[in-house]
Amino acid sequence: MRITRKDFLRLSGFSLLAAGCKQAVRSVTSAARPASKPIRWGMVIDVKKCREKEACDACIHACSTAHNIPQIANRAHEVKWIWTEPYAAVFPSTQTSYVPPSFAKGMVPLLCNHCDDPPCTRVCPTQATWKRDDGTVMMDWHRCIGCRYCIAACPYGSRSFNWEDPRPAIASINPDFPTRTKGVVEKCNFCEERLAQGLKPACVEACPQHAFTFGNLADPDSEPRQLLRERFAVQRQPELGTGPSVYYLV
Amino acid sequence: MLDKALKGSRRYWTWLLLLLCVIAAGSCFYLRQLDLGLGITGLSREVSWGLYIAQFTFFVGVAASAVMVVLPYYLHDDKQFARMTILGELLAIAAVTMCILFIFVDLGQPARLLNIVLYPSPRSLMFWDMISLSGYLLLNALLAFATLRAEREEISAPRWIKPLAFLSIPWAISIHTVTAFLYSGLAGRSFWLTAILAPRFLASAFSSGPALLILLCLVLRKLAAYDVGEEAIRKLAIIMTYAMAINVFFVLVEVFTVFYAAIPEHTVHFEYLYLLGGEHNLAPWMWVSALFAIAALAILFTPAWRRAYLPLACILVFIALWIEKGLGLIVGGFVPSPLGTMTRYVPTLPEWSIVAGIWAAGALLITLFYKIVLSVRKEARS
Amino acid sequence: MRDRVWILAGLAVFVAALTFPAWYGLAHAKASSSPPNLVLPVNQKECVAPAGTMRATHMQLLIQWRQDVTRRGDRRFVAYNGKVYEKSLTRTCLGCHNKAGFCDRCHQYSGVSGPHCWNCHNDPQAVARSAP
Repeated sequence: MRITRKDFLRLSGFSLLAAGCKQAVRSVTSAARPASKPIRWGMVIDVKKCREKEACDACIHACSTAHNIPQIANRAHEVKWIWTEPYAAVFPSTQTSYVPPSFAKGMVPLLCNHCDDPPCTRVCPTQATWKRDDGTVMMDWHRCIGCRYCIAACPYGSRSFNWEDPRPAIASINPDFPTRTKGVVEKCNFCEERLAQGLKPACVEACPQHAFTFGNLADPDSEPRQLLRERFAVQRQPELGTGPSVYYLV
Repeated sequence: MLDKALKGSRRYWTWLLLLLCVIAAGSCFYLRQLDLGLGITGLSREVSWGLYIAQFTFFVGVAASAVMVVLPYYLHDDKQFARMTILGELLAIAAVTMCILFIFVDLGQPARLLNIVLYPSPRSLMFWDMISLSGYLLLNALLAFATLRAEREEISAPRWIKPLAFLSIPWAISIHTVTAFLYSGLAGRSFWLTAILAPRFLASAFSSGPALLILLCLVLRKLAAYDVGEEAIRKLAIIMTYAMAINVFFVLVEVFTVFYAAIPEHTVHFEYLYLLGGEHNLAPWMWVSALFAIAALAILFTPAWRRAYLPLACILVFIALWIEKGLGLIVGGFVPSPLGTMTRYVPTLPEWSIVAGIWAAGALLITLFYKIVLSVRKEARS
Repeated sequence: MRDRVWILAGLAVFVAALTFPAWYGLAHAKASSSPPNLVLPVNQKECVAPAGTMRATHMQLLIQWRQDVTRRGDRRFVAYNGKVYEKSLTRTCLGCHNKAGFCDRCHQYSGVSGPHCWNCHNDPQAVARSAP
C-alpha cells in the first residue's frame, strides 16, 4: 500500500487525537457522582455549649494526638486540622455593630467543612483530594504534588501545608496513623479511619461539653438532623455556594 | 545550526559563565529546598503562593506577548516585522521554559509532577494550563526553528508555517487567559474574583513582553551590531503604548468598582496593597510601580519623548508591571486571609537565589537562541 | 588538533559518568556480596501470600493496598489461604515483620534506596523505642 508522508502524518495525528479524546471522555464521565447518596456525613457544633467552657482545647488535643499533627513553633508553618478562632473571624458576614459580648469573646471551633461542592476538589490537578460518596472530602498523601492550589481555593482557610518535615515536631507518634511528609497539603479528614471502624471522630468523642454532634445528614432521623430541626443553625459563608456539611448552633 | 552557539567572543563566554554561576547558586539553594522543604522560603500558611508563582504568572504574560509580533507579520503581512518575529518567538520559548521551572521549584513534591498527566483532572485549571503551555512551547519551537532553518538554507519557509503561526495567535491569548482563570475562578479569594482579571493580564502581558523585546533588540543593536529595523521597533513601541494605557485603565476601573461599592471584603485587599503604613509592607512598592507606570505613559504618549527615551520607557514599563503582577497581584490575593489575618510575606535569600537562577536560565536560553539567529543571518548576508 | 584538550576532557567526564554506579558503590559499600541475614517473624509462619510471590511482587501488592485503602476505603484483604487481613503496612506487615531486621536488610542488600513509604508510615517498634 503506497501512502504519502502527508497522509501518514495526517492519519497518525488523528489517531493520537482519538486516543486522547477517549481518555478525556473517560476522565470527565468518571467524575460524575451517583444521584442518590445514602450517607452524607455532617456535624453540628453547639457554639453556646463550647463557649460555656473557657480555654478548652480538648477537641484540638484529641485530633492532634490521633493524627500525629506536628506542633510547629513557627506560626507561619503551623499545621492545624481543627482549631478555634474568634466569632468575628469565623462568621464575618454576620458581623453587626451590636454583637452580644459573650459572642464577641467566645472562641468557635473550625475545621474542614467537607463541602457539598468543594472548590478544593475542583481545582486539584491530580485528584489527590476528592469527595467520597459518603460526603467526606478525602486527602491522598501519596498523590499530592504540593502545588497548594487547594489552599488557594479553600474559602475557609481549612488546609495546611507541610513546609518542613513534621516528624521532629511530633512529641509522641501514634503508630496507628501515618505521619505526613514535607511538601503535601493536609486537613481534617472527618476521622475516616475511625468512621471505617464505626467510631465517631476524635473531636466529637473528646469534647467535655458534648458540643459536637456527628451523623448522617442524609438521614432525616439522625442526631444532627434532629438538632437542626429544633434550633437555628448557621454555616460559614453559605453565599459562596460550597454547601458546607458543618453547621453551627450559635 | 545549534553549534553556532558555541562560537563566540570573549565577552559572550564571560556572559555565559556569569549566567552559569547564578544558575549554580540557585541550584544549590534548590537542593537545600528539596532537603528541608519549602519552609526555607518566606511563604506561610496564610500566604501559600509567593514569588515563584507570581514570577510564573508574569512570565506567562511575556511568553504570550510573542503574538504582538506574530500577528502583524503573519496575519497582516507587515514586512517590517520580518527580522523581529523570530526573536519574539524565541523569547516566548525562553519565557515558557522559565514558567515551567518556576512551577517546578514551587512544588512540594516535584518528583510526583507527572501525576498531572497520569491523573488528568479536566475540572482543574492547572490541567489546562499545563496543556496550553506545553502546546505553546511546541508551537513556537516548531515555528522558530523551521523559519530559521529556511533562512539558513536561503529558501522560503515551508507552507505549513503559516497555519501554525495563525494557530499560535489564539493560543497565545489562551495561555494567559487560562492562567488568569486559575485565579479568577476562586470564590474564596475576592481580590481575584473579577471578570477583568483576564483582560488585565493580557493588557499587562502585551506591554511587558514588547518592553522586554524592544530592550533586547536595542541590546542586539549595541552589542552585536544587528538591527531589526527602526520601523519594527517604532511600531512595537506603539503597540506597547496602547497596551500599557489599557492596562492602567483596567487597574483604575478595578479601583473605582471596589472603592465606590465599598464592600469591605473587596476593599481590604486594595487597602493592604496601597495604604501606606503599619502591616502593609508591599504598599511602598505598589506606589513605586504606579509612579513608574505613569512616568512610562508620560514618555510613551509624547512622540518626541517616545523616540528619545524609548529604553527608559521600556525599563519603567517592565519594572512597574513586574512589581504589580510579579508580586502584588499574588500576595494581595492572600492578605488578608479568609479569616482576616494579616501576614507579612518577605521572600528569603534562598527564594531570591532560586528565582535569580531561573531568570539566569531564561537569559541563557535567550543568549544562545539569539546567537544562533544572528550567526545564521550574518552568514546568509555574506 | 587544537581541540584535543577539550575532546579528552569531555571523554574523561563521559567515562566517569558512565561508570559512576560502579566506583561510587565501591566507595560507599553499604551492601555486601553475601546474602542478608534476615530476622524472620517468630509467631507467624505464613504471610499474606506465599513467600516466593511476596519476594517477587510485594511492591505491587503494597501499591494495590495503598490504592484500595486510600482511594476506595477498602481495607479488607482475603489472602490466598482464605485468611482475612487488614490492608495496613504498619499493623499487618509490621505486626509480624521487624523492619530493621527484615525489610531494611534486604533493601540494603539489593540496593533499593529506602522506599519513601517510611517518610510517613510508622514502624511500631521504632515508635515504641523512641517513646518518652
